[in-house]
Amino acid sequence: MHGFFCILKMSDYSLHYFLIMPQERSNAMENSINKLIPNSACIKIEHVNRSFGKKQVLFDISLDIPYAQILGLLGPSGSGKSTLVKMIAGIDNPTSGQVYVLDEKMPKLSTMNKIGYMAQSDALYEELTAEENIKFFASLYKLTKSKQKQRITEVMNLVNLSDHLKKQVKQYSGGMKRRLSLAIALIHEPLILILDEPTVGIDPVLRKSIWNELYKLNMNGTTIIVTTHVMDEADKCTNLGMIRDGRLIAIGSPDEIKRTSGSNTIEEAFLYYGGTSK
Amino acid sequence: MRVKAIMIRILLQLAHDKRTIGLMILAPILVLTLMSFIFDGSDYHPKIGIINAPISFVNKLEDSDVKVIRYTENDAYDVLKSSKIDALINFESGIPKITLEGSDPSKSQAVIKLTQNAISKVTPTVKPDITYLYGYDDMAAFDNFGPILIGFFIFFFVFLIAGVAFLKERTTGTLERILATPLRRWEVVIGYLLGFGVFTIIQSALIAWFAINILNIMMVGSFSLVLLITILTAMVALTIGTFISAFANNELQVIQFIPIIVVPQVFFSGLFDLSTMPPWLQSFGHFMPLWYSADALRNIMIRGKGWNDILFDVFILILICIIFTLANILALKKYRKI
Repeated sequence: MHGFFCILKMSDYSLHYFLIMPQERSNAMENSINKLIPNSACIKIEHVNRSFGKKQVLFDISLDIPYAQILGLLGPSGSGKSTLVKMIAGIDNPTSGQVYVLDEKMPKLSTMNKIGYMAQSDALYEELTAEENIKFFASLYKLTKSKQKQRITEVMNLVNLSDHLKKQVKQYSGGMKRRLSLAIALIHEPLILILDEPTVGIDPVLRKSIWNELYKLNMNGTTIIVTTHVMDEADKCTNLGMIRDGRLIAIGSPDEIKRTSGSNTIEEAFLYYGGTSK
Repeated sequence: MRVKAIMIRILLQLAHDKRTIGLMILAPILVLTLMSFIFDGSDYHPKIGIINAPISFVNKLEDSDVKVIRYTENDAYDVLKSSKIDALINFESGIPKITLEGSDPSKSQAVIKLTQNAISKVTPTVKPDITYLYGYDDMAAFDNFGPILIGFFIFFFVFLIAGVAFLKERTTGTLERILATPLRRWEVVIGYLLGFGVFTIIQSALIAWFAINILNIMMVGSFSLVLLITILTAMVALTIGTFISAFANNELQVIQFIPIIVVPQVFFSGLFDLSTMPPWLQSFGHFMPLWYSADALRNIMIRGKGWNDILFDVFILILICIIFTLANILALKKYRKI
């Protein structure tokens, strides 16, 4: 299969970033902006291969993700999406190739401080209460006591869980656990947000409010990477990367992807790009 | 037919888990081998020191395979104190004075039986005068191996609980999640050590208190030294347990390590008398952490020894703890390179 069909230019999104750069973003962000040469990307993935033993799960992936966009990684389960985002988050390493985040080679602890990661499985301590969970993660990012309090109120309001702070996570429903995971990923106001299938098990109303929140964060300059296999979510992203069998088979805005494949929906486009592999 | 389907499924599942098969066959073999070493040993021949005794008496002892060593009055007690011999015999104006080392009731019994036998043949009318250096004449066997059991149970349960707790952290994905934060690897390991450390201080204090005050196990030494050793034992069990859990994929596999890691330690820690074993086999004990904690606990509780006599054991236990802590930090590299 020869999947590299269209690698579209995305430099215009970098410009977009400067237009919406709000004042309250942290200094760290300012610094990395100053370091930017034109077109420098927030996340750079260079010829990444990843094998687990003899099984290769990612094949020569190269991808630049500009600042302040929502990148959707779309692909069937087992396609290698999670492995790719784990490398960006710094908890997995390429077998060959490099991943740069904010111009730093991953994994790097100081950069990980600026990344919020929501894993595919809810990595929560079930025997603890929601509050104990979120406080634990807040302390890992070394937030001060008063900052912790303020952020916990903010993010728990955001995901609609303020009334369930004192509940043991054991008693949470699947959707509530997803939301708590999201709240934890947001606790330290990360510049980059990596969400691995964030809306699984969340009802449409809440899903909409979470996406609205993602838009808001994105407008404030947060770069967001979302993996999904739900096609209708793909339409909500600024850019889409389509992954199939460990290969990046297409990248571009949802409209571009639809146009170049001559499809009306993302689903059709996905079948168009991936159909030849079987 | 459904029964057959289930039977085949179970056999297939087993066939996929080579380790479980290996364990089900090898572990019993290992345990049985160890037991045969311990219980198959030849009869115990006591080592008795003689200061002054009729030659006919000494000959009688030697006839019944006692290892007799002659000492002068000056150095004899030092040898006895360091538990190198089981008893010391000195005839004072015709009356045999027997001083028993006394820590191990079964050895004391053997010495008394053999010497009384010899005395009755040489001077049948005299009653020997028996005293104990450590222990006392109706000391129960439990007094002897109680300190070892205290060390063992603390080791066993901390090993299991720490192993399973760390395993759960891996399998639920929380380990990966916390490593996605700027948390350093050593912070994870030390955090675990301290968290469990607090818990094990309470645990070992309770177990030691219960054994001494409720079970009335013999205790002549310092309680704070006992506590020091039990806490160190717990720390060693914790670091070994978390290290071992890196090689297990579920709780059952942690349990499977018990016959490999824990059971041999029980056999070599002194719960059973190993002195009839070939010396090269005895030296296995020196590779087992529980040997050192058992040695220290016995010295404190039965022999009332102090800081200087357990210093070496403490040193070794701390060393094992440090080695496995470092191993744990390195093992986390599997999850995050830095």
